Amino acid sequence: MDLDFIQRFAPMYARAAGLTLRIGLIGIALSLAVGVLCCLARYFRVPGLRQLAAAYIELARNTPLLVQLFFLYFGLPKVGVKLSAEACAITGLTFLGGAYMAEALRSGLEAVDRTQAESGLCIGLTTLQNLRFVILPQALATAIPAIGANAVFLIKETSVFSAVALADLMYVAKDLIGMYYKTDEALLMLTAAYLVLLLPLSIAFSWIERRLRHAGFGGAV
Amino acid sequence: MQDLAVLFRGSNLARLLGGLGVTLKLSLVSVALSVALGLVVGALMTLKNPVVRAFFRLWLETVRIVPQLVLLFLVYFGLAKAFNLQISGEAAAVAVFTFWGAGEMGDLVRGAITSIPVHQRESSAALGLTRGQCWRFVLLPQAARRLVPQAINLATRMIKTTSLVMLIGVVEVLKVGSQIIDAARYDAPQAAVWVYAAVFFLYFLACWPISLVAGRLEKRWS
Repeated sequence: MDLDFIQRFAPMYARAAGLTLRIGLIGIALSLAVGVLCCLARYFRVPGLRQLAAAYIELARNTPLLVQLFFLYFGLPKVGVKLSAEACAITGLTFLGGAYMAEALRSGLEAVDRTQAESGLCIGLTTLQNLRFVILPQALATAIPAIGANAVFLIKETSVFSAVALADLMYVAKDLIGMYYKTDEALLMLTAAYLVLLLPLSIAFSWIERRLRHAGFGGAV
Repeated sequence: MQDLAVLFRGSNLARLLGGLGVTLKLSLVSVALSVALGLVVGALMTLKNPVVRAFFRLWLETVRIVPQLVLLFLVYFGLAKAFNLQISGEAAAVAVFTFWGAGEMGDLVRGAITSIPVHQRESSAALGLTRGQCWRFVLLPQAARRLVPQAINLATRMIKTTSLVMLIGVVEVLKVGSQIIDAARYDAPQAAVWVYAAVFFLYFLACWPISLVAGRLEKRWS
């Protein structure tokens, strides 16, 4: 193990980790937005939009990110749509993540008992109040573990962006292996970098999950 | 249209389908191994022994946190460098996907077993069923209903993840696609959009029916 090498190139990894994290966080935020929109379109049964959301979810969930990315980065420029590597990465991640988030939110909404929504209306809450005070708090408590798993999953998925020449962690590691043939060190730092990024996130979400479990109503084991 | 025609030129379509065959073969082997190992791992995960628990927890966290592409690199390049062990891309892929799949599958099995309320076990004991009968007639049928849809979903995830193996030099459907594009670079420069759309569609055709089955089973058994 070459410690000098590790010390010399650690800043490169730190920069790349920053990029990975930035794209991951932007992707997660946009995915949540897309997921909420799709979920609402299906929950309120908006004609047209509802079918569109369902088709999008099936399409995005049943194809790999790498293929979506190749289509965006190598395919689309041929028909005149040119996106930078970073724009492709964020678009691809949002396309994939939006569908996963929509499914997570939907399973949360479905877990709320119908009597809850009906009781809310009975005591005179408006549709929005019902959503805000009765349905969403319970739905989120159920959906949070899935949302957390999706967030970790999306940051992991950013590793494929090195294939379109985005200088993320994976790319730096490949580059160093190619240039210096220091495979062990480069791979060790790569794994360590992902651990540093994802372990806190994973721990944070399991903490939130434990706290929110108390929010459930009835049927507790 | 010149560019769309690239897909049907010569044996291109057959080659793409052959690539899809490689993808599916790799996934099938990995899924089969993962399910077999996962059942054992899952049963072990329900044990209360702290050492056993810590070991499996570490395994699960590792495969959950380290991206599959990183694992592929660790096995494919790392092993070659560290132990002078040269293995093919396919072997590395099956090893990594099984390592990952067995962990995830084990957790699904554990979840399915522990989700059964304890009164089910107690009631069957009160009825005079033996331990074996209790598993055979009460616990396993209920666990299987929870497990099967989730395991099918894991299988589609594994099929999708096999797209990564092109990055360690395995020629599968995505790689065949880029070879076709490269070969047609001069006479059909816009072929990329069609070829990648075709690959996208092929993956969708492979995964969608499986997801539908999983969704249907989940609805029927919930």
